[in-house]
Amino acid sequence: MQNVISIAGLSKTYATGFRALKRIDLDIRKGEIFALLGPNGAGKTTLIGIVCGIVNATEGRITVGGHDIVHDYRAARALIGLVPQELHTDAFESVQATVSFSRGLWGKPHDPAIVEKVLRQLSLWDKKDERIMTLSGGMKRRVMIAKALAHEPQILFLDEPTAGVDVELRKDMWQVVRDLRASGVTIILTTHYIEEAEEMADRVGVINNGELIVVEEKAELMRKLGRKQLTLYLQKPLDAIPPALAHHRLALANGGSELVFTYDTQAGRTGITALLSDLSEAGIRFKDLQTTQSSLEDIFVGLVRQGNHAGAK
Amino acid sequence: MNWRAVQAIYIFEMARTGRTLMQSILSPVLSTSLYFVVFGAAIGTRITEIEGVQYGAFIVPGLIMLLLLTQSVMNASFGIYFPKFIGTIYELLSAPVSAFEIVLGYVGAAATKSIVLGLIVLATSALFVPIKIAHPFWMLAFLVLTALTFSLFGFIIGIWAEGFEKLQIVPLLFITPLTFLGGTFYSVNVLPPFWQTVTLFNPVVYLVSGFRWSFYEVADVHVEISLAMTLLFLFACLATVWWIFRTGYRLKN
Ligand SMILES: Nc1ncnc2c1ncn2[C@@H]1O[C@H](COP(=O)(O)OP(=O)(O)OP(=O)(O)O)[C@@H](O)[C@H]1O
Ligand SMILES: [Mg+2]
Repeated sequence: MQNVISIAGLSKTYATGFRALKRIDLDIRKGEIFALLGPNGAGKTTLIGIVCGIVNATEGRITVGGHDIVHDYRAARALIGLVPQELHTDAFESVQATVSFSRGLWGKPHDPAIVEKVLRQLSLWDKKDERIMTLSGGMKRRVMIAKALAHEPQILFLDEPTAGVDVELRKDMWQVVRDLRASGVTIILTTHYIEEAEEMADRVGVINNGELIVVEEKAELMRKLGRKQLTLYLQKPLDAIPPALAHHRLALANGGSELVFTYDTQAGRTGITALLSDLSEAGIRFKDLQTTQSSLEDIFVGLVRQGNHAGAK
Repeated sequence: MNWRAVQAIYIFEMARTGRTLMQSILSPVLSTSLYFVVFGAAIGTRITEIEGVQYGAFIVPGLIMLLLLTQSVMNASFGIYFPKFIGTIYELLSAPVSAFEIVLGYVGAAATKSIVLGLIVLATSALFVPIKIAHPFWMLAFLVLTALTFSLFGFIIGIWAEGFEKLQIVPLLFITPLTFLGGTFYSVNVLPPFWQTVTLFNPVVYLVSGFRWSFYEVADVHVEISLAMTLLFLFACLATVWWIFRTGYRLKN
């Protein structure tokens, strides 16, 4: 597939001397939804800021639609719409005026029909004449999305678009994102709601301490790193795991009344059969069992923790 | 050239002025009228004329300059400082616009506003004193050049300022004193020789002198020198703005 953004060897050191990004290489494919995940301070906003022209890169080269973002910034930026993480809006402008302003800023001809379409899409049409300061936080966020869409971008950056947005609106927002994708727009989003990424994204990138630790197809990532857990509900609670069972990856839960076995779905042998026979040999009986598959969130937490351990060493 | 962006910024800035029309226009007109009452009426009874020009009429170009300088600096500095302050600057930085286009939009709007104000005050003055404009073309030229130069200067201050205090400090501490000491209300020739020399280091002297020449053909310094100094300051401001955008000074991390 064609790459629409290509980032090579990107590093960022802030004026404070803090190294926010460390040699990032990343390609974004045309038409995909790419979710960038990572804990607070990982460097997500910095990365987006550099691609969009708000932050200067220290090292590295970025092209957007084949245009270098420094030397050919006009062509590069013309393709991009940005919804930043923070709510930055004018106070006294009307919703319609601010959205039209964005369109003008991108050099697109005045077109009330497109502004109307965008406002309707985001359920802002009935607020079009209101001053932005009279809107609620969630509506302001929608205004910012409308501003980003006003110039019909081919690439949309959404930096935590659903922070502080209620469930209903979040669903609407994802519908807008799906529609955009269906019309061929490439979307790069960050979120702390991992279930959102799990539901929406085609590919996922995990960034931690300024390093991109994983970039993977979401399905592939879940398959590779997904782990299953087998929970056994015991008839009699255990105080500790008997020595005879110590070599299995077991943990006690719920006050000793549940035994949790974690296994890799990828491994040729899961070890379940051996565990079960060892259990009956040890005389441990259970009344029920259940298996669960780890979510993207578990995977994410695992990855970040691993990264932090590696960093500490 | 992204003209639509220039237009969008210009209209946005003019709309901002429009929302505060009363205070934008009324307060300068009022304060200028006050100057007339105080300086024109009170002092004018003692000093009847300077270099053949009635005192009340003599101070008009200086008053317009005072207004032009403070308004240009204040409008332009606030215009760019505010998006920085509330964060909406992200959009300007991420838009396909060049530094030149951003400056044209902001500085153009600020200069337009102060030119309009200058003309309003000129019309107001005509109600109080007899005004004669010997060189209308040069009068407009000085008006436009000064408005542009000081709007650019204001733009630089708006980018440099990290707080509202700094934004206020330059007009308050530099522009107003320099204007008062720059021959707004008197001819530099009335000063003792030592102070005349000191005054020549005040850039405002050249602006006021050139502007007054276009009215009454009386000047403290040669009009060519006035024009040259105005242009020099204009180019100094342009160079600074160019440097700001090249380095991202106080705009980008
Ligand atoms: N202007 C700045 N000067 C110095 N350090 C900065 C600046 N902006 C961000 N940082 C630091 O860079 C790191 C990355 O910040 P960034 O905003 O990119 O994180 P993030 O992944 O977006 O986090 P979050 O999930 O909280 O939004 C943080 O440690 C932050 O403190
Ligand atoms: Mg962030």
